[in-house]
Amino acid sequence: MGVYLKGFLIACRGIPATVAVSLIAIVIGAAFGLLLALCSQTKSKILQVLAKVYIDVVRGTPMLVQALIMAYGIPWLLQSWGVGFKWDNYGGMVVPAVIVCGFNSAAYLSEVIRSGIQAIDKGQMEAARSLGMSHGMAMRLVIIPQAIRIILPAFANEFVTLIKETSVLGYVGVVEILRRGQLWNSSSFETFPAYIGVALAYMILTIPLSKIINGYERKMARKESAA
Amino acid sequence: MSMIEIKGLCKSFGEHEVLKGIDQNVEEGEVLCIVGPSGSGKSTMLRCINRLEEPTGGEIYIDGELVTDKNVDAMRTKMGMVFQSFNLFPHKSVLENLTIGPINVKKADRKQSEEKGLALLERVGLAEKANEYPRNLSGGQQQRVAIARALAMDPEVMLFDEPTSALDPEMVGEVLDVMKSLAKDGMTMIVVTHEMGFAKEVADKVIFMDGGYIVEQGTPDDVLNHPQMDRTKDFLSKVLV
Repeated sequence: MGVYLKGFLIACRGIPATVAVSLIAIVIGAAFGLLLALCSQTKSKILQVLAKVYIDVVRGTPMLVQALIMAYGIPWLLQSWGVGFKWDNYGGMVVPAVIVCGFNSAAYLSEVIRSGIQAIDKGQMEAARSLGMSHGMAMRLVIIPQAIRIILPAFANEFVTLIKETSVLGYVGVVEILRRGQLWNSSSFETFPAYIGVALAYMILTIPLSKIINGYERKMARKESAA
Repeated sequence: MSMIEIKGLCKSFGEHEVLKGIDQNVEEGEVLCIVGPSGSGKSTMLRCINRLEEPTGGEIYIDGELVTDKNVDAMRTKMGMVFQSFNLFPHKSVLENLTIGPINVKKADRKQSEEKGLALLERVGLAEKANEYPRNLSGGQQQRVAIARALAMDPEVMLFDEPTSALDPEMVGEVLDVMKSLAKDGMTMIVVTHEMGFAKEVADKVIFMDGGYIVEQGTPDDVLNHPQMDRTKDFLSKVLV
């Protein structure tokens, strides 16, 4: 049993890296995802197409491939142009990892945000505009605060997904949960305890989060039916 | 100079022509009621005045100033709008619904806006509901709050788009009473309504619309009691039982 506990504790040492990357990435994802959602709803055809292309490209490729391009491909390209560029000089491999996770989840979150905004009754925008608010002010004060309540569960689900997806970051040099387990496995050869420990470390992050989301959704549903 | 001048107003949705050239003036302090069957263009006309619908032709002047894409936000602060479905902001308390416009659009002082908001709630008989959320109010109460929200911007004219059509019958009276007291205080009002009794009692002028045109206009007595046009007679015979 001790070896399983050890495997779990070693995997847990990766939790700070996994959580830090996921948290920063979800913030980037929310901000850039909102921008994408707003672009896809503007009157400007160019912005609409740009947002669409971005979302299609990101959703159409695995995050591991995106991570490899960002972490190794981009420095190679810059060096081939004669620009001496190494991620190590800019904060280490965790930087491209966070960038990739953030801009990856933005593509998924933009759809979530867009559908949340569209779920708000058209009369809300009209009422805000009729008070003299600009479109932007109406979005900021009236539409987005209401959309957030609708979006929150899907947003948190995306966060759970993101936590699990960061497991690919070991390939680009981030020592997160899975990488901790792999390193211990390769020195101890306790293969089963190592990976069970990794699985448990992910579960203590994701399962409480999922419970919170379910609770929130039930509360919202009760509120709806009461209203 | 009229407070509102509507000149040759046209509106089409794709192929469908809803307004086919409307000319109308509204004077300061005047109450104009617009009646007519569904689909006659009366709501569209009202919504074109504050450009919630963009007109496809014609011009609207407020205080002699042409309403354009550029000045629409500023012009809307002169026009309060009350919707059929209330459209209160559900994530804001009743009082916040009244202050969100003045504080953010007019950059008014928060404290003064709140005091004024409370006074307006008093006026529509809902001072005790200031800290409630809209979902806890009845339809009639919500519509009275919506009227107070529009008044909080100190509009020069109030636009009402079928304000009682979504209400249970027993709540229509309380909303109409608020509107009547506004009219008595000299507010300029344009009211799209099916409430013929209200139109007869309060309106200075009634216009009957059908098929995108103003078919008949005049005093309430002229239009509603002694209509000249067959279409007006036909419509009124169906609504005034």
